Amino acid sequence: MVTGVLQIFTDLGRWILLMRQALQRPEKWSMYWKETVRQMYDIGIGSLIIVALISIFMGAVAAIQFAYQLSGQLIPIWYIGYIVRDLAILESAPTITCLVLAGKVGSNMAAELGGMRQKEHIDAMEIMGVNTASYLIMPKLIAAVVVIPLLVYVSAFVAMIGGFLASVPTGVMTAPEYTRGLLAFYEPYNVFIMTVKSVVFAFILTAVSTYQGYFVKIGSIELGKASTQAVVASNILILLADYIIALLLTA
Amino acid sequence: MSFGDTPILRGITATFERGKTNLIIGQSGAGKTVLLKLLVGLLEPVQGQILYDGRDVTHLTQKEIRTVRMEVGMLFQGSALFDFMTVEENIRFPLDMFTNWTKKEKVDRVNYCLERVNLEGVNDKFPSEVSGGMQKRVGIARAIVLKPKFLFCDEPNSGLDPKTSILIDDLIHSITMENNITTVINTHDMNSVMEIGENIILLNKGEIAWHGSANDVLSSTNDYLQEFIFASPFLQRLRQAALDQESKDKR
Repeated sequence: MVTGVLQIFTDLGRWILLMRQALQRPEKWSMYWKETVRQMYDIGIGSLIIVALISIFMGAVAAIQFAYQLSGQLIPIWYIGYIVRDLAILESAPTITCLVLAGKVGSNMAAELGGMRQKEHIDAMEIMGVNTASYLIMPKLIAAVVVIPLLVYVSAFVAMIGGFLASVPTGVMTAPEYTRGLLAFYEPYNVFIMTVKSVVFAFILTAVSTYQGYFVKIGSIELGKASTQAVVASNILILLADYIIALLLTA
Repeated sequence: MSFGDTPILRGITATFERGKTNLIIGQSGAGKTVLLKLLVGLLEPVQGQILYDGRDVTHLTQKEIRTVRMEVGMLFQGSALFDFMTVEENIRFPLDMFTNWTKKEKVDRVNYCLERVNLEGVNDKFPSEVSGGMQKRVGIARAIVLKPKFLFCDEPNSGLDPKTSILIDDLIHSITMENNITTVINTHDMNSVMEIGENIILLNKGEIAWHGSANDVLSSTNDYLQEFIFASPFLQRLRQAALDQESKDKR
């Protein structure tokens, strides 16, 4: 128990020092920009299909299940559009998407940095005089906090399409009913909450995963462990942050 | 130098001379790699000094040590080539990061370095597409691209056939002499010891067991050195033949 608590504080201290080093002035902006663009492409384009696929089913399942729950009640059927929209914007798009991205992008970042550490790539860069923490982490952080919110917007939009496809062609409701629900009680502040969540979650999954990868020990088991820890720790922290943001922004 | 309570290196005092190939030799676990990592600043000594041209580099800040490292080139045991970059991009990386040269100047320098290590026409290949010996040569080209004053090589011959090993040794030796740089090689390759060992340090259990040049090896009466260098019966017979010839010549 005491060892576990000490380990948490040790990790926290090392993480703070790593982030301080990672956020130092780059040696050469053009090299960092090039790396940031590469990361943006990897995170954004590389995750677009999986995000779209998950989102369409999230929207579809939400629509069908709410149709089931609302059947035989006095609540109008067009409410399904409203529920699917706000569910996507407030919770499923930012949280589920980032949990999935922690598994895909986060584990990939941990494995990439861990592999570089084990194959002495990081040492090689250090010997050249490169601030490796900055060069290898800062572009990932910037790319993630820019691209992941965009993926979350896409996710929310696709979830609404998923809800439409699951309810309109199947005869649960008509297209005007669904559209009416989508447009009802619209609150732009909810989009602000979604944006805040996605930026915070993007930072968490990147910072945690790069930390796990950067300090990986020698051995393939360690690499696998770091990758798994990156996902587990990111997921727990994302859910914790989700609760705190919900509390702070909707209280 | 110690890891936890276990001392790894004790009382090491050595001078590595400019324009010479300085060798650190010893059995596995003798502390060769730790000594090399101390020299390049990847590890920090518990006590003592490491002087580069009279400058103590042991207690520099991260930023200061990076400035010193601009004068350092290093060839890693596994070459440590970035596998997501081509051969040319690997060699060009330090130039991209630290110089404001034009693209043509950079490409010219890369081509010169490739020519120098007898590798041409591999610019667009990825490290995985070239042989182990070629990877070492690309590693050397990358190490010398910024015209370093100090060249460190960690087991440059490991995993290579005898012919390629000789080629790599000759290359490192000629580059050292041509550019008048201080080269430190960590090896347990006996051919390297006898062919290019101008200043040799033999480590045993973290301490210097013997110090001399290749010319002193045969005539040395140091038991540990003889045991280490002439470990195989074949080499023992060769040594005896050489000593017999020497005494005949003297008579």
